[in-house]
Amino acid sequence: MSATASSNRSWQRFGSGILPWLLPLLILAGWEHSARSGLLSTRVLPEPWAVAKAAWHLVQTGELWSNLKVSAGRAFAGLAIGGGLGLLLGLLTGLFVPAQVALDSTLQMLRNIPPLAMIPLVILWFGIDEGAKLFLVALGVFFPLYLNTFHGIRTVDRNLIEMARSYGLSGWRLYRDVILPGALPSILVGLRFSLGLMWVLLIVAETISSSSGIGYMTMNAREFLQTDVVLVGILLYALLGKIADVAAKGLERVCLRWHPSYQ
Amino acid sequence: MNAAIRSSLPREVAPAGLDQPLPLPGSAAGTKARSGLAISVRSLEKNYGERQVLRGLSLDIARGSFVAIVGRSGCGKSTLLRLVAGLERADGGKLDVGTASCACEQRPDIRLMFQDARLLPWKSVIDNVRLGLPRSALPAARAALRDVGLEDRARDWPAALSGGQRQRVALARALVHRPQLLLLDEPLGALDALTRIEMHALIERLWREHGFTAVLVTHDVQEAVALADRVVVIEDGTIGLDQTVALPRPRARGSQAFAALEDRVLTQVLQQYADRPDAPASLEEQADALRLASVRWVI
Repeated sequence: MSATASSNRSWQRFGSGILPWLLPLLILAGWEHSARSGLLSTRVLPEPWAVAKAAWHLVQTGELWSNLKVSAGRAFAGLAIGGGLGLLLGLLTGLFVPAQVALDSTLQMLRNIPPLAMIPLVILWFGIDEGAKLFLVALGVFFPLYLNTFHGIRTVDRNLIEMARSYGLSGWRLYRDVILPGALPSILVGLRFSLGLMWVLLIVAETISSSSGIGYMTMNAREFLQTDVVLVGILLYALLGKIADVAAKGLERVCLRWHPSYQ
Repeated sequence: MNAAIRSSLPREVAPAGLDQPLPLPGSAAGTKARSGLAISVRSLEKNYGERQVLRGLSLDIARGSFVAIVGRSGCGKSTLLRLVAGLERADGGKLDVGTASCACEQRPDIRLMFQDARLLPWKSVIDNVRLGLPRSALPAARAALRDVGLEDRARDWPAALSGGQRQRVALARALVHRPQLLLLDEPLGALDALTRIEMHALIERLWREHGFTAVLVTHDVQEAVALADRVVVIEDGTIGLDQTVALPRPRARGSQAFAALEDRVLTQVLQQYADRPDAPASLEEQADALRLASVRWVI
């Protein structure tokens, strides 16, 4: 009886380990088959094997790395500028009521403009240089971090603040020991939103015009009908997005190890 | 009136000694000498908007005594405690704690325990206990944790503790400052009955060892009679009953004298309800009254 139960459980564990991969593998197999049998034209979609070969070729020529470096550099520079500003302004408006009164309604208004709607203006302002790409990414990541920082600080438990004050904490110590840690879960949620938006905006910025980066690589390959290289670029974006998300989750696990949901 | 009270605040008492936790008892025999702060309340008034919560309340609490304040929800008992703790300011009357007029925040010799433990979830148990104190207070914090029997949980997160354990940590956090006055605002309200009885014994022991003045606000009459030297019933913002409890400690809850006293206090608390049958009592209060009444009959 107990033996069947434990074997059932190990089957369950095995199943939950393998099941999520089953569908992608089936799709891959179906894709490969239809490409080989000529059902799918190479112009529409090259076979997976050709994509892998193209990726390997790009790695060997060093093209992949140099483009990847350029793209990641843009993304993280944009994140540092926009996210840093968002965090700073969020802290400012969250902590000081006059700053909130002066800034918040304006920022809430600007928030409703989709960053991509700014593209025509951005091209006029910055041309098609690096500046334009950085600006777009920074603009996009600014608002999630700003809003979540502000919201996080405003929703810190008032009772905890009252307790800390009655224990003699004030000024910087109150912020360091109570308000910032209390706002951190919300700030990290903002960071994850920002990371997601960061790649989306970078892709758009790089496909508009550029002479390096993954976006350039894919647009260039489109010109020459190299669908396999285009697919490599798309998969790279997926990979980068996933890596950023895993990193953000890891950061949450480290910073919020006190939180019941991480224990 | 209000301005007069505010201006009479002595500023020099506030931050002094905050960084210097005194040694814990047992280490020095001299600690027994001190015996808490006395409280003197004269026609205290407090309003929240239109509502008058305290109407000229006067009360004297002797040094080192254990006083329980009982009353129905919204009678003003918690407000009185928050005024004594300096979390709020009175609208009239006079409030003296020790030698100084109170209503000043951050007096290290006054500590308040809340109904919820209010531990910082992002600090370990030991860091919660030494909140607001420098690193050098670590031994004192550890000793305070040992005092409440949780030394082995020092490195845990508060989320890993049970409700009773959290309140014990909150108690240790208050004790590490060596308070002369410990204010307890229904600290056991959210705990189960068995944990409560354990906590009663713990609070009583610590009160005896440390010699601080203790003021306990509660809606549980049995708890009040079990712990306090004196039970004060607050009704409509004034004192309805001031009952001395002269039972020997440790108190047997089943004894006749205990039951008689509990009955007397409970009758007083419920009387107001009987006087004004139109006054809507919340379901929780009615259930509370019923529960207490039935407990009495069973005993």
